[in-house]
Amino acid sequence: MNKAYDKSARVVSKALGIDLTELNDWNCCGASAYMSIRELRAHLLSARNLAIAEREKKDLAVVCPACYTNLTKTNHYMGEDAKLRRTVESALKAADLQYMGTVKVRHLLDVIVSDIGETKVRAKVTRPLSGLKIAPYYGCQFTRPLGDYDDKEFPTMLDTLLKWLGAEPVNFPLKAKCCGGILMITNEPVALSLVRSLLDCAVQNGGECIATICPLCHMSLEAYQGDINKAFSTNFKVPMFYFTQLMGLAFGFSKKELGINQELVSSKALLEKRLEVAR
Amino acid sequence: MVSLSEPAERRPHELADVFLDAVYEIPGGERIKQCIQCGTCSASCPTSYAMDYSPREIIAAFRAGMLDRVLRSNTVWLCSSCYYCTVRCPSGIKLTDIMYELKRLGVEFGLVREGAIAPTISKAFVNMVDNYGRVHETMLVMRVFLRTKPWALLKMMPQGLKLITRGRLPFLPHRIKGISEMNKCAGAMTDAMVAGLHAGGSAAKEA
Repeated sequence: MNKAYDKSARVVSKALGIDLTELNDWNCCGASAYMSIRELRAHLLSARNLAIAEREKKDLAVVCPACYTNLTKTNHYMGEDAKLRRTVESALKAADLQYMGTVKVRHLLDVIVSDIGETKVRAKVTRPLSGLKIAPYYGCQFTRPLGDYDDKEFPTMLDTLLKWLGAEPVNFPLKAKCCGGILMITNEPVALSLVRSLLDCAVQNGGECIATICPLCHMSLEAYQGDINKAFSTNFKVPMFYFTQLMGLAFGFSKKELGINQELVSSKALLEKRLEVAR
Repeated sequence: MVSLSEPAERRPHELADVFLDAVYEIPGGERIKQCIQCGTCSASCPTSYAMDYSPREIIAAFRAGMLDRVLRSNTVWLCSSCYYCTVRCPSGIKLTDIMYELKRLGVEFGLVREGAIAPTISKAFVNMVDNYGRVHETMLVMRVFLRTKPWALLKMMPQGLKLITRGRLPFLPHRIKGISEMNKCAGAMTDAMVAGLHAGGSAAKEA
């Protein structure tokens, strides 16, 4: 996973008193690629992570919507489909694992907004992101298909959080539209045109930067701006932040502590202009 | 149960039945019968403009027993799993899950477009997860492009180097401790399927 996202998520969670412990020996959820080749073993991948979490009596907080979707789908489908449950359960038994279906899977953004809440978050803000105009980008799998904590087509949770941090979330009609994901490798022209429309929409609506909640979206929107500029004669230079990095900035952490030195599109000028943050 | 014997020799109309059974087997798969051909899926799909057959047409082709044509086209591998169709379908069809099943069937029966990168990268991804328990992005992309179009790697190199030097991509892969336990579970699953105790999906696909 992206180090900057990892780092900043741990730093802000700790500040808010969220007890995050890395899941012991976790395995890859399979993203979308594994499910494209094998169905049952894809569920087994998620079930192993769920079983380990259950054994350690923990719920799962994830910062990647694809992990969220895969874990949640397996959780739901094992509950709904008796045949699938029997198959996965008997496979887990081969390694002395079992899963009873008790683990809750949550996106960290949901935990922060729904459980920690406005008062506690605002109390931590020492450097409000005043005047920073941010396009909040959710991508696909945060609420689709199964996340029921926010609207499936027009989520608002990230907008809410950004307001608590003192920033100005701009209207962003394409906030939950797809960035193409793995298509950036398998069908670049299609993915470039999807990302182009997202960047265009964010900038047209006054966004000076984009906040993301998914490592893959973040990569697609950031790393390909040069290719997009070449392909469509545009001139995008939109800095990207993980939502946890923006929280960290507002909480007064240094850029280094939040991994704001690994970006491909520099955020230096913007941060100096709006927040007077040099380091 | 899907037979394991020489799938390539099957005729299209036999395949149509095999495909239909396979889709009915996935959780909620039988809902495909409720399709009213309204086209909400196609209109919601961010990539349908580039597809040879739109999502709605896939279901139409299904009913007409012409699915092999769809599988040979670029359609299913353009699905990026954004789930718009799934949450909007008025008949509650989980079309994204069906797309996954169609990808699996295409690979299993050798019905993929020649030179398509998506099935190759998915197979390499599976391979890596089965061997390491996690994915090493750099190694994955290198392996796939060395096999498919090595010249594309040259184009990617500056970007890749930037990512590595900024600490954005790990240099070495990590193997989880529980890898043998994971493969034991998977082995037990395949054995159960061969014995006919499976819940949907064929042993060939899972093996």
